[in-house]
Amino acid sequence: MTTRTDILLIEDEPNIAEAIRFILSRDGWRLEHWPEGGAALERIGAFRPRLVILDVMLPARSGIEVLAALREDAALSSTPVLLLTARGLTEGQGAASDKADRVLAKPFDNAELRRIVAEMLGTPE
Amino acid sequence: MSQQPAPSRISAGVRIRDLRLSQGRAQAELARAAGISPAYLNLIEHDRRSLTPAVRARLAEALGTTGEELEAGREESLLAALRVAAAAAQDQIVVEAERMAEFATRMPGWAGLVVALSQHADALERRLAGLSDRMTRNPYLLDTLHEVLSAVTSLRSTASILVQEPEIAADWRDRFHGNLDQDSRRLSVTAQALVAYLESFEQDAALLPPQEEFEAWIADGRPQEGLATDAAKDLAQQWSAIESADRAALPDGAMAGAAGADPLWFAAARDLPLDLVLRRLAAVEPESGLMICDGAGGVIFRRPARGMAAFRAGDPCAMLPIFEALAQPGTPVQRLIETEAGQHLSALAVARRLPAPSIAAPVLSRAVMLLRPVTAEGETAVPVGPTCRICPRSDCAGRRVASILQR
Repeated sequence: MTTRTDILLIEDEPNIAEAIRFILSRDGWRLEHWPEGGAALERIGAFRPRLVILDVMLPARSGIEVLAALREDAALSSTPVLLLTARGLTEGQGAASDKADRVLAKPFDNAELRRIVAEMLGTPE
Repeated sequence: MSQQPAPSRISAGVRIRDLRLSQGRAQAELARAAGISPAYLNLIEHDRRSLTPAVRARLAEALGTTGEELEAGREESLLAALRVAAAAAQDQIVVEAERMAEFATRMPGWAGLVVALSQHADALERRLAGLSDRMTRNPYLLDTLHEVLSAVTSLRSTASILVQEPEIAADWRDRFHGNLDQDSRRLSVTAQALVAYLESFEQDAALLPPQEEFEAWIADGRPQEGLATDAAKDLAQQWSAIESADRAALPDGAMAGAAGADPLWFAAARDLPLDLVLRRLAAVEPESGLMICDGAGGVIFRRPARGMAAFRAGDPCAMLPIFEALAQPGTPVQRLIETEAGQHLSALAVARRLPAPSIAAPVLSRAVMLLRPVTAEGETAVPVGPTCRICPRSDCAGRRVASILQR
């Protein structure tokens, strides 16, 4: 039996991804990482994570576009999303980010990230 | 009917530019000789800065003329600047436009102060708009700020891990130290680039909107380092593409001896599109002016003919034959026109429909007008002017909005 991924982290900055992977793995979450937006939707479909942590500024396809496509996808639309973004979204991005369940502004506090993930997923199995 | 041409009144800026060009000198070289910045000279030549006595004396010496000769255009230049200042006034401020000349003559110091304050406010407005545009829409700035944010985010998370997390394995600790080093270097380089970029905001050229910056650059003979904003560089690139296509269709060899030719005859004899011929003739006739606009009347290119005042910001005069040509694509419109300063010009304009990208797309058109300075005799001229707000002509069928000179 395969174990379901808890979190799919979609982030193109390798050092940020490494830090997030380290702290959330320490809390017991099973985490996968994907570094760009172009094939992000396919990866979400393949992993079926309980939570997607999604960066806004991604190569190939922005996090906002990935999020809009995710909400249009009947099989995946209910996937919870935590959007990582710069403070002060532009007008259009602000409307698009409403589709996210939670938004966390960069740079963030590690404890704040941990708290939000725990609120969204409960406790690790 | 014979017509007596009104004396042509040329502003000090135009006079300086004409003298400089007649001597074959670049703006930067004259500015250096006069001890002022090229950007400041550019503003003076386009009547956007008044001439102080000291600068006038230095420019006169550098041009090998007298201050009096440059002075000859000063009164008209001052009046033109006052008209612009009055046009920009709030609606609730009533400007006695009919007493403008009296004001300038009786109190030239106060008039100069009004002009200087108006130009300063105008420059600040332009600068604010330019800065806002560059701050909010510049992809380079957005990318750089994103780079800074990414580096800071990584530094903060990684540093917190190293300080707050207990018992980190040695290999992980080494990796995080490496990441800190990498991100701090990235942040240093990006911050330096950002500071260098922000310093470029101080350049004077940012005071001009892109279209005017591009036109000033054309008037100055296209100096290598002449354009500061990306938008003006885009305009220059588009214009260069049009020129290259025109030159390919009508090479320099075929234009030898063509200056001054009748454009209609020239086009018919070679079975060439008239708009192409007008653009190519303008390229080989330095005294001629050229204007190109789209079907909505939006100006794409404009170069004043020798002796004409520089084009002002704002909607162009509806009486110009180029707009008559837009109403009847394919039919040339030839008119003798008279500017508000009394200068006569022979204008020939033609419009053509552009190939539609698809059957569902709207039909777009473009018009070209060649302007040649002439001595008017025997024909009635069409009166034209600057933008309505500062046009002194009354009873104009093309007027869109009241002139501040007719209040």
